[in-house]
Amino acid sequence: MADTILQKITVAGPEAGTSVSDAKPLIEVAGLSLYYSASRALNAINLQIRPRVVTAFIGPSGCGKSTLLRCFNRMNDLIDHVRIEGAVRIGTHDIYSPSVNVIELRKRVGMVFQKSNPFPKSVHENVAYGLRLHGMRNKSELDAVVEQSLRGAALWDEVKDRLHESALGLSGGQQQRLCIARAIAIKPEIILMDEPASALDPLATARIEDLILDLKKDYTIVIVTHNMQQAARISDFTAFFYLGELIEYDTTRRIFTHPAKKQTEDYVTGRFG
Amino acid sequence: MNSPTATVPAQTRDFRGAGFDFASFLFTGLTGLATWLILAILAVILLNILVNGWEGLSWHFVSTIPKKDFFEPETTGVLPMIVGTTIRVFVMTLFVLPVGVITAIYLSEYAAPLSPITRFIRAAVNNLAGVPSIVFGLFGVGFFINFVGKGLDALLPGAGSNWSHPSLIWASLTLAVMTLPVVIVATEESLRAIPPGLREASLALGATQLETVWKIVLPQALPGIMTGGILAVSRAAGEVAPILFTGVAYYMASLPQKLTDQFMDLGYHVYVLSTQSPNIEKTRPILYATVLVLLLLTFALNFLAILIRARMRKKLRALT
Amino acid sequence: MGDLRNDSARRTAGWMGIQRGHHARPLEWLTERLIFAVSLSTILVVFLIFLFVVREALPIFRGQMDSAAIQKTIPPADLDKLSPKELGQYLGLTGKQLAEMDRETLLALMEVRLEAQNEVPTDIRTDKDARVNTTEWRYLVLPHQWTGYDKAEFIWQPIGQIKKYNLVPLVVGSLKVTLVGLCFAVPLAVAAAIYVSQLVSPRWKEWIKPGIELLSSVPSVVMGTFGLLVLAPVLKKAFGYEVPLNAFVAGIALGLTAIPLVFSIAEDALTSVPRSYIQAALALGASKWQTAWQIVLPAATPGVFAAVVLGFGRTIGETMVVLIASGNASILSWSIFDSARSITATIAAEMAETVAGGHHYRILFMLGSVLFAVTFISNLIGDVVIHRLKGKLEGKRG
Repeated sequence: MADTILQKITVAGPEAGTSVSDAKPLIEVAGLSLYYSASRALNAINLQIRPRVVTAFIGPSGCGKSTLLRCFNRMNDLIDHVRIEGAVRIGTHDIYSPSVNVIELRKRVGMVFQKSNPFPKSVHENVAYGLRLHGMRNKSELDAVVEQSLRGAALWDEVKDRLHESALGLSGGQQQRLCIARAIAIKPEIILMDEPASALDPLATARIEDLILDLKKDYTIVIVTHNMQQAARISDFTAFFYLGELIEYDTTRRIFTHPAKKQTEDYVTGRFG
Repeated sequence: MNSPTATVPAQTRDFRGAGFDFASFLFTGLTGLATWLILAILAVILLNILVNGWEGLSWHFVSTIPKKDFFEPETTGVLPMIVGTTIRVFVMTLFVLPVGVITAIYLSEYAAPLSPITRFIRAAVNNLAGVPSIVFGLFGVGFFINFVGKGLDALLPGAGSNWSHPSLIWASLTLAVMTLPVVIVATEESLRAIPPGLREASLALGATQLETVWKIVLPQALPGIMTGGILAVSRAAGEVAPILFTGVAYYMASLPQKLTDQFMDLGYHVYVLSTQSPNIEKTRPILYATVLVLLLLTFALNFLAILIRARMRKKLRALT
Repeated sequence: MGDLRNDSARRTAGWMGIQRGHHARPLEWLTERLIFAVSLSTILVVFLIFLFVVREALPIFRGQMDSAAIQKTIPPADLDKLSPKELGQYLGLTGKQLAEMDRETLLALMEVRLEAQNEVPTDIRTDKDARVNTTEWRYLVLPHQWTGYDKAEFIWQPIGQIKKYNLVPLVVGSLKVTLVGLCFAVPLAVAAAIYVSQLVSPRWKEWIKPGIELLSSVPSVVMGTFGLLVLAPVLKKAFGYEVPLNAFVAGIALGLTAIPLVFSIAEDALTSVPRSYIQAALALGASKWQTAWQIVLPAATPGVFAAVVLGFGRTIGETMVVLIASGNASILSWSIFDSARSITATIAAEMAETVAGGHHYRILFMLGSVLFAVTFISNLIGDVVIHRLKGKLEGKRG
């Protein structure tokens, strides 16, 4: 049952004993429902995400985990006919309130996409883009932060001699790490990752996973993944979604060793999904 | 490693931001202004024609053959121009549709995509699309009138110099050559839109390539082919430069009877009224009315073709 | 196409590489050959256009025509002293045409030449320019001080005894109106393309895009009339220049005809920029306009460039607008507020007055050849850029 999974992988995260309700939450989702025109994609989600940990959203495809992720930086605004009920608070501010400037929000909440999307510019310019956007002009400052970010994304050694060559010449795994560097360059508090390694080979995936474990010292990370073993490996907390509902949310250890709901158990043991 | 002192500028904790974003306003404003300006100019053009042309429009106007002095309101009329424009566009369609559709069928259903011949044909289509209309006129004179026409005169007994002067047939053929790319591109697009599964199903039942094309693909593509025809017709109805030396006449007392006759034309008439009127004030209402007739005719031809296309679509849907 | 070497399977490499794999029935085989032949007609047509337009202009290119007012005359009595080639050159006939004519006709033609020369008025006879062959390249391209002028000028004036065929005023005229047109059209069209493809919601886009493309259904003769009747007085009042119909008015009207083309290609290029770039920029906190200006527009540069080049090709070849609205004075002037004459308008207006085979006729065809070459090259450049751009995008997606 769940023991077999425990045997196969080492579960990361907070020790048994910590619960979800400890510590002040950074992201608080309160009664959030989301509608695409008439069809409901998320149903009254209540969730609190703790700071400086890795939280994983898992569930079968179509369950709403990516949709919820995109609510945190309001990328869902780009889709026509989307309606939100309920609230999402970061810190103590409702990010959907009319006084919120979406640009400021996205400076604080960064995103890495499923398919890496570096700009058709040089490596240096890719990372510097966000910095320039938000006002940094001084060349030596830019160079310094670019280097810092590339190091932070474990990419510096591989690109330090080709900073001004096109980013499109990098391998898939390198491009994804570049996108991570680009995102952390503007020092967000939260990094959202939407299946960041699903398009990569196992070796590149492993490097990304190591990077995430390293990044969580400084950033709060929410990661959507369909790979349960990945969730078990790198996340501290896991939320399981099904058909737009949050079924269970707990420490990763508990979700994978003795989940409270049967549905969760069925999913993590591979009985469906 | 040294921790650099540079940091990202302090960020607001409450996401309120700087407030009014001037750059955004300016940029969006300017580009929006450009867009609406273009649309406004279009509206001005159409309204100007409508308002000024409406008064001159009458049943008498469109059904009378004018006297030689068509600058005067009493002796003017545009019937021969309407007839001339319509006939030449019609004859053009007879030529351009078959050739264009067949070429598009070849390109879409038969040609190996990367072979040199295919590339040449596509390059030729692109080039043809870019040739200036006056050069087509020169081509019409140099090739159709002076070469083919002279040849026909020599070959056909008793023709005299029947064929080697400007006439309806040469003007129509010149236009057919000019609108060929339009028909080819529109037809190819409609062929490409047909799902591959349809062809596979037909072939799997043992039909030959030609049978598949004739019985399955072509009928499905008919609406798209009609679109190509519509586009070609609208384009050709308004073109004047290609027919200047290949068939249009300043004045003819009667309607064109045969293919070797010259003809009058709405677009050319607009040009004549604009530039050769002895009294522009008197001619102005006639000019506007002619322009209005030209636009209405183009729209009417478009509309007719759209109707035919809608009928075809309905028939297809009833069958499938 | 068909593989005739392998007799047991006359196949066509068909759509999706479908091999026929069976003997084609003869009627089908024939039909398909016919389809192929008809398709080749497009290539044939382009070739024919080039051939027949250049053919009429060839004697000018080769310097074989002589348009001097005074030319050497050969008395008809000396008919037999001339070789066929010399006779052909004197009378302006090809070898074939010469062979078809009998002696009587040739004598008559020589008489006509003699009489024509005798009819040249005395004041022209003493003109130093009378013996100049004005179709020589020197006079077509370089300035010359003609009788009655006080300095060397570029003159295009094909009427009168001494015909002046300098092309420079026409080329400058064409360039003036084209440049005015593009300077007016390109910023507007590209700005509108950015607005429609990046900054406006899809619902608006559905209406605005067809609206702008509706502009292209206005025939150029109507646009020229609009320029004449509406633009000319309005612009004259607004800018206060002298001449009511000039390169400026014609240029603006031309720009209006170019806008739909430049807009639709540029908008296409902007919309084809992969959504992933846009999403990445937005997720970093860029606003819509920053994304459009800093990411999308640079990525779409080849397409926008192609739009401009194709717009140039279309505009320089436009005839009716210029014919109606530019004033048509074939003077060389760098001011856009002066009347101008374009290459296209010249061909259109003067062709009717030429004699088939005469030098004016051939010079007009030469202008047509030059125009054809210029638009051919610019369209080639534009198409290659678009082709490359599409290839890059498809490569990236795949």
